[in-house]
Amino acid sequence: MIRSLRCLIAPAVALIAVLAAVQPAAAANIQRVVSPGGIEAWLVQEPSLPLVALNFAFVGGSSEDPADKPGVAYMVSSLLDDGAGELDAKAFQQRVEENAVELRFSATQDYFYGSIRLLRDRREQSFDLLRLALNQPRFDADAVGRVRDQILAGLRRETTDPGSIANRAWWRTAFPDHPYGRPTGGTLTSIPTIAADDLRTYAGRVLTRDTLKIAAVGDIDPATLGQILDRVFGSLPATGKRVGMPDAAVRDSGRRIVTQLNVPQAVVRLGGAGIMRKDPDFIPAFVVNHILGGGSFSSRLYDEVREKRGLAYGVYSYLLTLRHAAMFMAGTQTQADSTREALELIESQIRRMGDEGPTEAELAKAKAYLKGSYALNFDTSTKIASILLQNQLDDLGIDYIDKRNGLIDAVTIEDARRAAKRLAEGGMLVTVVGQPKGLASKEPGG
Amino acid sequence: MTFCRSAQAIAGLAVAATLLTAGVQAQPKPAVGHFTLANGLEVVVVPDRRAPVVTHMVWYKVGAADEPPGTSGIAHFLEHLMFKGTANNPAGRFSQAVAAVGGQENAFTSQDYTGYFQRVSRDNLKTLMEFEADRMTGLVLANEQVVPELKVVLEEQNQRVANNPRARLSEQIDAALYLNHPYGKPVIGWRHEIEKLNREDALAFYKRFYTPNNAVLVVAGDVTTDEIKTLAEATYGKVGKVAEIGPRRRPQEPAQVAPRRVTLADAQVQQPSLHRAYLVPSSATAKPGESEALEVLSFILGHGTTSRLYRNLVVERELAVSAGGWYNGTALDASQFGVYGSPKPGVTLEQLEGAIDAVIDDVVAKGITPDEVERAKNRLIADAIYAQDSQATMARWYGAALTTGSTVQKVQSWPDRIRAVTADSANAAAKAWLDKRRSVTGYLIKDSSPREEKRS
Repeated sequence: MIRSLRCLIAPAVALIAVLAAVQPAAAANIQRVVSPGGIEAWLVQEPSLPLVALNFAFVGGSSEDPADKPGVAYMVSSLLDDGAGELDAKAFQQRVEENAVELRFSATQDYFYGSIRLLRDRREQSFDLLRLALNQPRFDADAVGRVRDQILAGLRRETTDPGSIANRAWWRTAFPDHPYGRPTGGTLTSIPTIAADDLRTYAGRVLTRDTLKIAAVGDIDPATLGQILDRVFGSLPATGKRVGMPDAAVRDSGRRIVTQLNVPQAVVRLGGAGIMRKDPDFIPAFVVNHILGGGSFSSRLYDEVREKRGLAYGVYSYLLTLRHAAMFMAGTQTQADSTREALELIESQIRRMGDEGPTEAELAKAKAYLKGSYALNFDTSTKIASILLQNQLDDLGIDYIDKRNGLIDAVTIEDARRAAKRLAEGGMLVTVVGQPKGLASKEPGG
Repeated sequence: MTFCRSAQAIAGLAVAATLLTAGVQAQPKPAVGHFTLANGLEVVVVPDRRAPVVTHMVWYKVGAADEPPGTSGIAHFLEHLMFKGTANNPAGRFSQAVAAVGGQENAFTSQDYTGYFQRVSRDNLKTLMEFEADRMTGLVLANEQVVPELKVVLEEQNQRVANNPRARLSEQIDAALYLNHPYGKPVIGWRHEIEKLNREDALAFYKRFYTPNNAVLVVAGDVTTDEIKTLAEATYGKVGKVAEIGPRRRPQEPAQVAPRRVTLADAQVQQPSLHRAYLVPSSATAKPGESEALEVLSFILGHGTTSRLYRNLVVERELAVSAGGWYNGTALDASQFGVYGSPKPGVTLEQLEGAIDAVIDDVVAKGITPDEVERAKNRLIADAIYAQDSQATMARWYGAALTTGSTVQKVQSWPDRIRAVTADSANAAAKAWLDKRRSVTGYLIKDSSPREEKRS
């Protein structure tokens, strides 16, 4: 069933959340649980509320869609809880409701995610529904048809939504011959061609134990969790059949693509080469980005574009690291008269950051913020579970939460300048949608 | 209509949180604290000791519905201007202090309330309380800050409304639904009035409504009621009353006697949709049990894929790609019950509307079943357990309740009140309130008329 038809193309928010957090109390309590059948999960046992949150992911996501059928992973994520085992869609959804369990599936470019949140007293029934959804999805013809229609309706809406147009243009241009260039949500021509067999094939290739990572938080002990892991995930295929993909870099940096659309406010998206998660300059770049456009009420972009000139309600930058590409992104939305000024301000602030780096004072403030705010990401079970999961996907180690603030602290002004230079030097691919005055498309170097 | 001032001040009384279903064993939970300072500031403390962080919120009992005529948007504009500094703390110092300790902050405005919040580690709470208490009555505004911020708000209006046909239709529906009540104005304001807002409007509004006796402090997280009592007295307790606040009497709705229809046509619309709003009681205006019955009714009629509307329109008759319904009980005055749907290609909005009407008529005529009621109640009550996992959610529940005519006791008795709903009471609510004469039906359609090209 369709939870949301919003564009899944840029999963930046999730990534930012993951990168901004550490809480020693939770960290000290992470247990590595290995089930009798050999399935591993990280667990924070928290008995004070009668709940369990469990998040998991498989490597794959929309990158494993057949090249001519973007949208398969997204459709699978929409259909896993639309009937499974003996239960058709209606019976399955009624069971979900009766147990007050929350099941979610989603696809990003790199991963197929799932999560469950349940009441302790409904634990067995709830995990059983997850087991069914993962192991015996039905993909009944009526459910597939329904979800197909829903996705198409969303895609039709996107054809005149300035933000969606700007995102799609950016990804298509930045990665023309790579899976990352294909839209996670599919296209108006691809979705009608996707049949139940495509969905079954995808599930069989990707929902497999070899890349599975799991995190659990809540009122459950390690032994019980171990049994549940085997029951829910133990029957999935041991190994997948993934096509995989090469590393890729953003193409056409320096190019600007302006698409005319009759809306009062233009949407501006910028993106250039970023820094990979395992690169030693990643943490310095993360700190630099916070100073430039990451901190909500304190960044240079916020100050220049919003606070001083009132050109926009929102302006931001962020680092986006995928498994095979790293991006440095920025954006804003502003009326036609000021689009050019806002874009030039953002570009000049990026250049200035690249040329000069941050000041010592800015660096100190950013470190204080990033260290202090880490704990805020550990105040709910679902937030803790999603961080424990992402740390596994990023291969950061079970002790990363304890180490993270030390890594932030260790960033020197030289590190920050070097990272700033790397972020800025490649230039940005820009997409603009609206009716911006005095702003036309241009080729790189033009 | 009742005009309850929300705060039944229960000085020093701590009441146990009981947000648990019968089916779930209650863990011993720290009590929710509730007291009122001498200057009239009401305080709620929601302990959650799992992580060493706190959510600190100040809610003012003022929103867009309290604006003087002709100045729509001033409540929201003032919310933006509250970040521009005080005599003691010039512009930026508060935000820098929040950022310096890794805190997060923001603010929000609705028809009935305006709220400001920060999330920080527990050790930094006192500093924030000092700053927030200072700006409760100490705001200083210079025109060089007001002018660019007005541009920001206009861009926010562009982003949220002008660029978005569905949001524009929603404004038109609200305006048509409320014949007399100010809920018919958008919270962000009408654009022609926002454009004229100024420093004097903002300060006049501030001086009239921002005073401790018109505010609720909510602190959730790693704290005790005793700690907060000491801290609140040392900070907010020093702020004097600057205004007396009378009952919140807004112009009320007359008897509504005619169904209304609005159609928004826009070239941007690629997927038509239908949205209907009925004028119904809120939790504050309803008779006992009625708001809860509407809650259960809206769940059965419109929540998720097991709902009547989804099953009938999307699954069985295959007329729609989406369909559902909702009810908003959190309002000081008469609120809304909504239904919506978006048709499959080849199905007209008129056909879809006929099908929606048939589902509603069937509910009104034949009623819903006890089975449906049990499932809905079970799911709704579970929300109260899930909410306890988030200190920010708990803080928002209490803050929104206490600024819309509810009480701490009502928040805590919510599961019991939902549990008391029966098929009969839900059916009675359907009969009483799903009356088209009290509704607006909105169509969102594609405008295919030729358009003049704007030259740049």
